[in-house]
Amino acid sequence: MKKNELIRLSGVVKKFDDEIVLKSLDLSVADGEFVTLLGPSGCGKTTTLRLIGGFEKPDEGDIFFGSQRINDVPPNKRNINTVFQKYALFPHLNVEQNIAFGLNIRKVDRKETKRRVAEMLELVNLRGFEKRSVTSLSGGQQQRVAIARAVIQQPKVLLLDEPLGALDLKLRKEMQVELKKLHETLDMTFIYVTHDQEEALTMSDTVVVMNQGEILQQGTPIDIYNEPANAFVADFIGQSNIIPGIMRQDRVIEFLGTVYDCVDTGFARNEPVDIVIRPEDLLLIDRDDRSVQPADRLLKGRVQTCLFKGVHYEMLIETEGFTFMANSTVACEVGSEKYLDIDPDNIHIMKKSSIETVTELEHRRELDPSEPEEEEEAER
Amino acid sequence: MRGSKAFSYPYILWLLLFTVVPLFIVIYFAFTNDAGEFTFDNFSYMSLYAVVFWRSFRLAIISTVICLILGYPLAYIMSRLKKKHQTIAMILIMLPMWMNFLLRTYAWLTILENNGLLNNFLSWLHLPEIAIINTPAAVGLGMVYNYLPFMILPIYTSLTKTDQSLIEAAKDMGCSERQVFTKVIFPLSIPGVLSGIIMVFVPAVSTFVISKILGGGANMLVGDLIEMQFLGGAYNANMGAAISLVMMVIIMIFIWLTGKIDKNGDGEGSVLL
Amino acid sequence: MKKYIGRIYMVLIFLFMYAPIFLLMIFSFNSTKSRSVWGGFSLRWYKELFQDSEILHAIQVTLLVAVCAAVISTILGTAAALGIFAMKKRPRRLMLTLNNVPSMNPDIIMGVSLMLLFIFFAQTLHMDFFKLGFGTLLLAHITFDTPYVLLSVMPKLRQMDKRQYEAALDLGAGTVQTFFRIILPQISTGIVTGMIIAFTLSIDDVVVSYFTSGPTSETLGVLIFGMTKRRISPEINALCTLMFVFVLLLLIIINLRELRAERERERSEER
Repeated sequence: MKKNELIRLSGVVKKFDDEIVLKSLDLSVADGEFVTLLGPSGCGKTTTLRLIGGFEKPDEGDIFFGSQRINDVPPNKRNINTVFQKYALFPHLNVEQNIAFGLNIRKVDRKETKRRVAEMLELVNLRGFEKRSVTSLSGGQQQRVAIARAVIQQPKVLLLDEPLGALDLKLRKEMQVELKKLHETLDMTFIYVTHDQEEALTMSDTVVVMNQGEILQQGTPIDIYNEPANAFVADFIGQSNIIPGIMRQDRVIEFLGTVYDCVDTGFARNEPVDIVIRPEDLLLIDRDDRSVQPADRLLKGRVQTCLFKGVHYEMLIETEGFTFMANSTVACEVGSEKYLDIDPDNIHIMKKSSIETVTELEHRRELDPSEPEEEEEAER
Repeated sequence: MRGSKAFSYPYILWLLLFTVVPLFIVIYFAFTNDAGEFTFDNFSYMSLYAVVFWRSFRLAIISTVICLILGYPLAYIMSRLKKKHQTIAMILIMLPMWMNFLLRTYAWLTILENNGLLNNFLSWLHLPEIAIINTPAAVGLGMVYNYLPFMILPIYTSLTKTDQSLIEAAKDMGCSERQVFTKVIFPLSIPGVLSGIIMVFVPAVSTFVISKILGGGANMLVGDLIEMQFLGGAYNANMGAAISLVMMVIIMIFIWLTGKIDKNGDGEGSVLL
Repeated sequence: MKKYIGRIYMVLIFLFMYAPIFLLMIFSFNSTKSRSVWGGFSLRWYKELFQDSEILHAIQVTLLVAVCAAVISTILGTAAALGIFAMKKRPRRLMLTLNNVPSMNPDIIMGVSLMLLFIFFAQTLHMDFFKLGFGTLLLAHITFDTPYVLLSVMPKLRQMDKRQYEAALDLGAGTVQTFFRIILPQISTGIVTGMIIAFTLSIDDVVVSYFTSGPTSETLGVLIFGMTKRRISPEINALCTLMFVFVLLLLIIINLRELRAERERERSEER
């Protein structure tokens, strides 16, 4: 990966009717990178993308493209193209005309246009669809046309706004792979917006987790997953058990009345912290089995539910004071008594976050289970 | 599309000049006499015409009710037809509207007049002739005939817009055919009914052409009264403006009341189909 | 059984709607002047129609004012729709309410109020352009046509995905190009519908024209209305028949074309 910075946002603030959507955002995107902006609805990710695309202007701060400040450059003068949410294909034009739209605007000659459209159709596996009406295409095919229409412009940066949101699960997985391949072939910078953490982890070089107009954490998918910066990130990136605890000393953590070994250092003595344990990292053992932690440090629990999830079983284990979620390829009988064993490596300790507690987030998600239109709709 | 607001400025100017200003001129005339002095006389003399107002409103209301009684079943039957037949029925309803309505009304005159086709037909059957021409009934018939499509079309539109799955859901929950109609279909078509009522009532209450042709001179309506003040024998523009103003206010109240009934109406274009 | 009652009901209503029209048409072929006694078949009234300079002039005025009013109100109304669509919610509502005033107001009030305005301009302000005549007639027609154009264009704009405008900008198009290549093609059906409605309203109008036209610019409607006070010449029956046949043919052609287009669409989707 090249490390030259291509896009930089510095101190960007965006308000819609006095409502602050972005609070002083700093973001740097390197040339050729696949960056994903990840967060719940209303976190400001789409607004960030629209600022880069030129559809919104920042109220404060600057946006740079290379060394050029592009705050006031209109979208049609930026070397950036967008794949829109729900595609925004032109219904009165056929597939070929949609893809050739940008070239026709720039008055590229007919022969050259034809060649490049054919090349694009090849790239997105739509050969033979030239004359089809875009309204007769399936969601996946429309998606490909939208990508081809943007990529044919040969932008330095391709912005993708929840491009897979409208597709069904299987198609989404296929398109994830295709997009990733496309990124490798094209040598273009991709900035991708999604609320789907799995999508973000699968495709990106860098994941930027956002909430309430702020960047909470930025890093590689592995970093984000394994070392979440706070309870919000941990919860948003996959299912986790988040338990309050107290850091007794370096490498010793106490939670739920039990003291565990861990690998974290650098906290104050007796500092209250949050602990993340991924469901797949919980080992369910019987009393006599060999354990990683010393035998007197095992948590006793009772299996409440056991759901088959395809590859694994998902179980809820009730212990004194906390109900853990655990994943295992072996099913446990409901009602049976199990002991929870945890490898010290798998206990992640985080600073207490003041941003939003997990229960608040869960509550909000329950109220608003679907991903609604993003916040830029607020102006209408 | 910000900044393109300016495209609407010519039309805003147009509306101000040719819709708002003329209404103010009407108001000005209504409150002055022919010397241009302020007066309420135009309104106090209007009590002389109470009979005409009463006749106009009674006829318009009766015609509107008849249009509703005739039009609703037709709209409902149309909405149940096959798609292709629906289009044909629509064309059949619209087609007469493309003919000049004066001619259509005039055609009724040839049917209804004393030695017209209806009476010829009746005497051929050895039945007593009827004298219907130049009666309020003839004027009412003319109104129903001319404005029936305005009742049918909005009701039909709202009926076809009703989500088919709602009807299925109602049946699923145990509604009989009759209950489906009274509990689901009819309530959902009320916006269409209301705009139909407005679209029939407003022209019916203000017409002067129909009453002139089918009513003879004997059944003067508010429209005739206004016409008379401006272009007829009794030239008095101030009086005419005052009568216009009163009628306009009554119609506005009527529309406002209908809007109140339709709580869900958003007022954006719901007036038209 | 229920089905048949419905059918019969429909036939009866259509009979009610069409009987007078058919009578008019039948008597246009009558050889005598009578409106109710058949005197034998003849094309006499058709011949006389094409020699009656008064009627021909009225037809000319009617068509001219309808075409001019339709074109101007289409431009005015489409531009207004674009502008109002770009407005914030509250001014947009206000504008749409104001737009409803001309169509909700009874014809007679509009006619009378415009007449007063024109007289005021012509007599008090001595602006000769506003002397009742073709000019005022055209102004009046544009005034009642435009709201309908606006109302048929607005829904098309609302249906359009707002992001398409951004997509076009994103692909390098300027504002003007975006309008002609993206917006216009998608609202064109609304514009055409609006223009047809405007044209029809103008052709059909009697009341507003009655108050706002001068003696040299009588439309067909005004002319016929004048005749009803005396006696309508059977030439008008002939004209009515011709109009009916013309409109019928037009509607049949339009619908056949639509049907064919639909079939083609279905076929292409099967492929």
